[in-house]
Amino acid sequence: MTAEPAAAAPAPGILDAEEAQRLRARRRAAIGRWLLPAAIFVAVIGLWHWVVAANQIPHYILPGPGLVAETLVKDFGTLAPSWGVTLAITFMALALAVVFGGGLAILFTQSKWIEMSFFPYAVVLQVTPIVAIAPLIFIYVESKLVGLLLCAWIVAFFPVLSNTTLGLNSADHNLRDLMTIYRASRWQRLRYLQLPAALPYFLGGLRIAGGLSLIGAVVAEFVAGSGGIGSGLAFRILEASYRLNIPRLFAALILIIVTGIAIYLALSWLSWLLLHRWHESAVKREA
Amino acid sequence: MTAHETRPSPAPAGEAAGRPLLLAMEGVGKIFGRDTVALRGMTLEVRQGDFISLLGPSGCGKSTALRLIAELIHPTSGRIRWSDPAAQGSLGVVFQEPTLMPWATVADNVWLPLRLRGRSRADCAAEVGAALELVGLAAFARAYPRELSGGMKMRVSIARALVTRPRLILMDEPFAALDEITRFKLNNDLLVIRQKLGATVIFVTHSVFESVFLSDRIVVMAARPGRVHAELAVPEPYPRAEGFRTSPEYAAYTRAASEALAAAMGGVPHDG
Repeated sequence: MTAEPAAAAPAPGILDAEEAQRLRARRRAAIGRWLLPAAIFVAVIGLWHWVVAANQIPHYILPGPGLVAETLVKDFGTLAPSWGVTLAITFMALALAVVFGGGLAILFTQSKWIEMSFFPYAVVLQVTPIVAIAPLIFIYVESKLVGLLLCAWIVAFFPVLSNTTLGLNSADHNLRDLMTIYRASRWQRLRYLQLPAALPYFLGGLRIAGGLSLIGAVVAEFVAGSGGIGSGLAFRILEASYRLNIPRLFAALILIIVTGIAIYLALSWLSWLLLHRWHESAVKREA
Repeated sequence: MTAHETRPSPAPAGEAAGRPLLLAMEGVGKIFGRDTVALRGMTLEVRQGDFISLLGPSGCGKSTALRLIAELIHPTSGRIRWSDPAAQGSLGVVFQEPTLMPWATVADNVWLPLRLRGRSRADCAAEVGAALELVGLAAFARAYPRELSGGMKMRVSIARALVTRPRLILMDEPFAALDEITRFKLNNDLLVIRQKLGATVIFVTHSVFESVFLSDRIVVMAARPGRVHAELAVPEPYPRAEGFRTSPEYAAYTRAASEALAAAMGGVPHDG
């Protein structure tokens, strides 16, 4: 009787053909995920270099990738402080978006009346193009930093607000009944049920807000113009375009793109860290 | 409304009547919206240690009755009287879905009712462990719900309902979504657990077989409007094991319950 399962089990080392193929396909996909974008990257850089070299395009119209890289290194001393300014505004705006977007969402779920009263105005803020109201903001707001933050926050907070609101309201109905039966306080209901239920939604909103706060910071800087203390990357881009210093313009652009990608990756990683134990979106499926 | 008509069922007398009253529903009715009568004139005495099944087709108000007892909704007419007001909040509930928090481990899910009373994890580790032991899931305390099968999730849900040692456990078709093998196993285990704890259970089901196997009183309900049609007693002593399922007594009880259910579904309303 005890020997039977052992006999029935397949001998170790024999791999089902279909399974072997599936494993190979998975391994190939894992390599391809990195290799393919890298290959595209190299190809595009190569093409760019070839177009510039073959047509002898002057560097004040389109600099080659080599010159851009060289400028990035050479001008890093000038660009780095500006990069710091843009980063600071981006992260402060993102933090504000989390605090006020998330806080507002919690306030909304505590009172239907508050939500009904104010949600339409959050939508108004969201649909108004930031470039259209930014000049007004810079007229009324004395501090340039506050003005920039306000602009970036307006762009970034809405995804946090709307996603978190959706998440807070999406808690399982039976679990809510359970909370009622066990006479949970409003705070306990929020802490033990609504906030964890909202977490995946909040993180989804945060990932969008991360990119938007960078965009908001750059756009606001453009509108704010060159005068004043805020000399972020957008200011460097404006400055470079006035001086036809196109290689530096590209270098600044690259820094902005790298920042955006880094924010996205960091927030994706945070999302995975918080959800991979339990949420379907972050769980790897077996077979 | 003639509640105790039909079948020559031995009235819920004898042993049951001797036990102290836990709660009484007195002519309880519930109307949803303007004119949807979910429940009409339901009268039911629940005695300590009863295992009562509410059996009926969908729309007969059996889930409404549970929600009324749990005070999730309140009666339009009539009232629910608890013999001991202290027992009123002492409830455990199991829904049709396991209704676990996916972000919390099995142990933390079971901890929830105690946590809501302000007790720390360390403080109630023993109780949580004992509840999991009772449903046979002690080894899965650290697992997350998504790692468990449907039957195991339902066991966690039962452990959560038991962990506060409630006076009354309400179960709303808890095993309806499970396969038959799992359901039978859980039926057996539920009776063993109840025997150990001496708990009072109100169990909603649409399965005649399940209601006969589990309960000592079956309340057959009819739909549109939801109401009590008849009450049957199953005076078969506990513990009941697998053998009961194949006994002639079991067959007789299921026939009686099926006939009462058929009358409740097909017959014209008996009230007038």
